Amino acid sequence: MIEINEITKFYGNQENRFQVLKGISAKIQDGDFVVILGASGSGKSTFLNCVSGLESPDSGSIRYDDTDITKLSDNDLTAFRKETVGFIFQQYYLLPNMTVEKNVRMGADLAGESDYLEIIKSVGLAEKRKKYPGELSGGEQQRVAIARALAKRPKVLFLDEPTGALDEQTGRQVLDYISRLQKELRFTIVMVTHNLNIAEMADTVIKMNSGKIVEISANATQKTAYEIGW
Amino acid sequence: MVVGIKDSAKLIGISIIFCCATLVCTMFTNYYMDVSQIKNLITEGAAMIFYQAQLSTAKVVCLVSGGCLLITSVIMLLFYIKHYIDTHKKELGILKAMGYSNLKIAKHFWVFGTSVLIGAVIGFLGAFLIMPKFYALQNKDKVLPEISIHFHALIPMCFVILPAVAFAAMSIFYAFLKLKKPVLSLIKDNVQASLKTKKQKEGKNRPFLDDLRANTLRTKKTLVFFIIFASFCFSSMTQMSISMKDLSSVMMGVMTMLIGIILAFTTLFLAITTVIKGNTKTIAMMRVFGYSQKECCQSLLGGYRPMSYIGFALGTVYQYALLRFTVDIIFKDLAGVPEYKFDIPVMFVSLAVFILAYELTMHYCTEKIKKVSVKEVMSE
Repeated sequence: MIEINEITKFYGNQENRFQVLKGISAKIQDGDFVVILGASGSGKSTFLNCVSGLESPDSGSIRYDDTDITKLSDNDLTAFRKETVGFIFQQYYLLPNMTVEKNVRMGADLAGESDYLEIIKSVGLAEKRKKYPGELSGGEQQRVAIARALAKRPKVLFLDEPTGALDEQTGRQVLDYISRLQKELRFTIVMVTHNLNIAEMADTVIKMNSGKIVEISANATQKTAYEIGW
Repeated sequence: MVVGIKDSAKLIGISIIFCCATLVCTMFTNYYMDVSQIKNLITEGAAMIFYQAQLSTAKVVCLVSGGCLLITSVIMLLFYIKHYIDTHKKELGILKAMGYSNLKIAKHFWVFGTSVLIGAVIGFLGAFLIMPKFYALQNKDKVLPEISIHFHALIPMCFVILPAVAFAAMSIFYAFLKLKKPVLSLIKDNVQASLKTKKQKEGKNRPFLDDLRANTLRTKKTLVFFIIFASFCFSSMTQMSISMKDLSSVMMGVMTMLIGIILAFTTLFLAITTVIKGNTKTIAMMRVFGYSQKECCQSLLGGYRPMSYIGFALGTVYQYALLRFTVDIIFKDLAGVPEYKFDIPVMFVSLAVFILAYELTMHYCTEKIKKVSVKEVMSE
């Protein structure tokens, strides 16, 4: 379980200080599908970065079971990311000079995962494993990013607007892959989005506004990627 | 304006190399011209042999060092322009899409010539500052009649003005050639990289880090040249400066060593920081995924280590061949020239210092990798 307790985050210097997170607390259960909703500038991406260990909050604690990641050194935080979390970003951030296979291997090698070809197959890219990112469509590139993130067998998968750069059809396809793989591999998902409809796929929805959580709700039933509106 | 003086300031490596080149060439060409003027005053046979040796030395040093440094400056300039266009291709593509012609954009690249001008002016003035001491040392035994320093207008023309103009023109021309691409290939990411890499041999089934190391080497071949050049300069010039202590003045030795060290570390530092800058996104992603600083550094820079040793070995062979040539051919008729032997202890000392300095530079770079802000890269 992830326990977030009263985290705050400021940006800027002494004279021009801006508080992005204003004492946020939440609990995320193992295997949960959590969607963080909010308008641009509401602090949802900063929240995701802090919870995933990419950024340190200025105060508060973030506990993964017994480990408070805000107290970890840089090296320990690197080890934590290696063992615990996976990331998928809106802009994919694939390595352009490496094939699909090699990009996925970037994640697989960290977990000592030798069966990375199966993961490539599971995202439907077996035929394109020798292609370079520049030769793939946006949706395919995002699927490579999914395979790369999952190849390291993360306990928690963080997604920052994963469908933000995709059209509706490709977006649905990508979400479908993610939710199917989550059910199969039982990892936790924390996804940031501003698309209200995607929230219908989640178990828990956290709504944010001006650096605060304004609502946490649970969905009794979850829709599939093809059932939600867009 | 597309390119500004600020961008040119980043070419400090070229300024330093050109400063060294101009200093050496100005000093030896001026010396050559001044010594030539006293030919009629030489009456003794031994003095004539010494005179001929002085002219030959000046000619060889000027051609070898000047030529070598000039070629390096040209490669460095072309590399930097290519790197600049690659990293700013979106902005340049937008300008082209708006209707700016290739020539109109390329014309702004003349500012890169200023780095050469600055280096050349400093080198030229520096040469005149140390020239009195240099002249005195070259003729300390008074074998030749008094050699006075004259100003030759041809020298600043050839070593300062002409290179600056030529480098500015070359920058424009090269930028013009590199900009001759479809607008979309400049604006869109990955397209060019994917087409280029497609032709490359598919790597073996090896771990990601090994692949990344090989890939970095393959995609940054010019940097391989710079790393080899850096270690070559260090090896040849430090060994030469000590080995030639009996053949030349202390001043020449110190100057050779200083130029070697400056050139080596400027080039090495620039090459390595370019690798890091060019791979910021890769480093950021690796850090996000949980790769350690050490792993990032080793996979990106580790491949250059064997190259640096190759450069060191080449430098050792070069300095031996050059000194052998000087003693056996240029000084062959001169009496009292000490015998030259390859100095093995000097080679080992030079190698030890090089390894230490190289590893310290790598350590600095590992620390630099630590500072790569994941968030900054993501928010680009």
